[in-house]
Amino acid sequence: MKRTLILLALLTILLTACAEAPNVGAITPPYVDTGVDPESWAKVPAGAFPYGQHDHMTEVDYDYEIMVTTVTNEQYARFLNEALAAGDIRVGEVEVETGEQVWVEVGAHGFYPGEPYDGYKHEEQIKPGDKLFFPTEAEGARIIFEGQTFQAIHEYSNHPVTMVTWFGANAYCQFYDWRLPTEIEWEKAARGTELADGYGLPFPWGKHIERNNANFYSSFDLFEKMFGKLGNTTPVGFFNGRAYENYETLDSASPYGLYDMAGNVWQWTGDDYPKQHYRHMRGGSFYSYEVDLRVWKFNSAGPQHYSPQVGFRCAR
Amino acid sequence: MQFIRERFDYLFRSTRGLTLVAIAVVSVMTALWGMLSGPMVEWGIRDVVVRLFGMQLVQAEREGRIIMLYHTIAMTIVAVEVYIITEIIPMKRHEQTIINATITAGYLTAVIFGMAFAYWGQNFIFHGLFLLGQSLVFFAGILLSAALWPWKKEYLLPGDSPYAHTKGGVDLERAAFFVMAVATLLSASFGAVTGSYWGNGHETFLAEDLIRNPFKTYLEKAIIGHLHIMLTLVAVAITLVVGRWLKFKGILHKIAMPLMIVGTIVITFGALSVVWVEWAHTTIYVGSVGVMLAALLFVIYSWDMLIKEGTVGIEKPTFWQKIQALLRDPLKFGPGWQMVFMNFTVSGVGIFMAVKLTEIFRVWPHREERITLTGHWHILASLIATIILFYFADRSGLKGKARQWFGWLVIIMSNLAFGSVTVFSMKRLFVSEIEQQNIVNWTMLLTDIGLATVLFVLAIFMVWRLIDLLKAKGNWQTEHRAEIKKAAEDELREQKQKMEELQKTIEEVSK
Repeated sequence: MKRTLILLALLTILLTACAEAPNVGAITPPYVDTGVDPESWAKVPAGAFPYGQHDHMTEVDYDYEIMVTTVTNEQYARFLNEALAAGDIRVGEVEVETGEQVWVEVGAHGFYPGEPYDGYKHEEQIKPGDKLFFPTEAEGARIIFEGQTFQAIHEYSNHPVTMVTWFGANAYCQFYDWRLPTEIEWEKAARGTELADGYGLPFPWGKHIERNNANFYSSFDLFEKMFGKLGNTTPVGFFNGRAYENYETLDSASPYGLYDMAGNVWQWTGDDYPKQHYRHMRGGSFYSYEVDLRVWKFNSAGPQHYSPQVGFRCAR
Repeated sequence: MQFIRERFDYLFRSTRGLTLVAIAVVSVMTALWGMLSGPMVEWGIRDVVVRLFGMQLVQAEREGRIIMLYHTIAMTIVAVEVYIITEIIPMKRHEQTIINATITAGYLTAVIFGMAFAYWGQNFIFHGLFLLGQSLVFFAGILLSAALWPWKKEYLLPGDSPYAHTKGGVDLERAAFFVMAVATLLSASFGAVTGSYWGNGHETFLAEDLIRNPFKTYLEKAIIGHLHIMLTLVAVAITLVVGRWLKFKGILHKIAMPLMIVGTIVITFGALSVVWVEWAHTTIYVGSVGVMLAALLFVIYSWDMLIKEGTVGIEKPTFWQKIQALLRDPLKFGPGWQMVFMNFTVSGVGIFMAVKLTEIFRVWPHREERITLTGHWHILASLIATIILFYFADRSGLKGKARQWFGWLVIIMSNLAFGSVTVFSMKRLFVSEIEQQNIVNWTMLLTDIGLATVLFVLAIFMVWRLIDLLKAKGNWQTEHRAEIKKAAEDELREQKQKMEELQKTIEEVSK
């Protein structure tokens, strides 16, 4: 009897702990206004800053501007409509190529002029041609293509655009005569120039991370209540010190006033490094553990990669 | 006072006691530092532990802290293996004593001061003492290699020995231990040389963060070679130990030992040659074939032996009787099974990754590839630890139901945990990011349950040994007395041998 009871108790714990969790694409959260303007830019003045985990003082000898938030679904949908009207992109089937693999996807695509190829071990050639920018039929896409128009799902309109390839992020910035930030530009904008106790800032807001500083794995934010521990994207600028329902956030802006430089979505950067085809991403995402939110950590993938946890912002 | 002196004598002057202390050190470290990661972070326990113990966790130093933690645990595990080797491989009593004393001083110094440096502020005196501790462990390795010298006359085997040997009688199992020890020293020196550049042109890094970097410095490559081969050699050592424990012999032993020797040499050369040559991986594959075949032959032998022993008296055992015999003793079945299981969670995954690297794993984002890499070597290290536990639990005289529960819980729950980790790390093969939530939840939960159970069982085992230590006539005393007796007998035999040699010398010069 005792054994049966213990077994039953264990089974109950197991089953309740693993009750069917909703997928990120399955339910839609309510629209939440954060009060942060995704059209705003921050100026980063020229000067040296501590770069990388080991704080190498690195000079950036020019001023530049960078978006205060990542590009939103609404902004990206607007770009797709404008680019479609201008004839810069097409919608339909496109071949996606990585190494020796080629497959067909449906989505917004446009021309990319290709890149220098060194033929190095594991390097893949990025040839000139039509490249997928945004897969319209992939699960998790929050921009819908109906008739001849792209439309962001309203509740997700101020969330970061995701499921966008590096080609798609690059095309967005170039369409408006901007560019993707280099890794150095991104990191300087994230951590500033301050050295505290001999160390540069590990997080945009300071030395330590609290759960309500950013959107990361098991951060228990408002959206994790709906989607479980893995969570979902939060609207851009969500962690700005405001309270949403009963959820208090900390103001987690970087020294230059940028939001979401840690967590929410990984952000494509613009560098094309020699002898490799990978593009680097910075910032960590809502799937990431807090260690990957440290400003020097990076992720990488081929430029054809898209994911529900990857977005971008532009610099100029 | 007598009470403390006797226990101290057992714990620090007998190999069984020293092994118990080292396992206790690893257990305490696992319990304490295990609270700084995984679900402990989610539950807020990490923050409590950090505050309670006054740890100083600077974000930029995390990788350095982890490297020091790995090193201190590795030093302790190496010490455990060395204690076992000095117990089961014939050597002089004074050799055994000096090796064990040196490595004990070494690993304890490394653990205490290494952890103090890494987690309680960077006091460089502590770092110096951490290096001193590691140097002592290295020195103990030199002494061990000397003691294992396979060409000593007194350790030659007779021509009709069932154990692998050369025509001249050299014991090839002893030679395999010797080769493993020398390879470990060589591989350790790669880490040491690179470590000496730390803060002097070389910066702390985790190898899994560099995998896609086309430009790696010689120092970075040396570290990558070092960490891979050190874990491999720890695995080779435990394979040889369990072979000795389960009396691996006969034709399979005679095939396995040359394979193990050649495999160890080739794989060590391969891993270290990563620094200079492009085709290092090919060499590693060749060496791996030798080592893995030797392990396979051990598994075949040990399972066959268990079946034969368990069906004694049955004229024609049925298939089920054979299975029952095989599974009769989980502690002796466990090492072979964990080696087989390793193929699914470590070797198999590694080979699959190598074959499909460009097609699959390099198409995934770096973080996904990284999870697979770190997952498979953590599993290897943990499986080795379970095999050590099987050995030590058997030597501790675990019997009856306790033996069955301990053995089966460690096997089943470790397999559950590591199987789940493998599924988690390979999830992108069969589930998209959008749909991964359930698989992540399930695999994480099963991993946590599996690991928690294994650690709980280990804790009970350690408490049992602790209670035993408090008894006047506990197992500890039986073990200690048996060891003193064996040491005295060995000493006597050595003295007699010496006296015979001296007598012979006197007679020769008196003619």
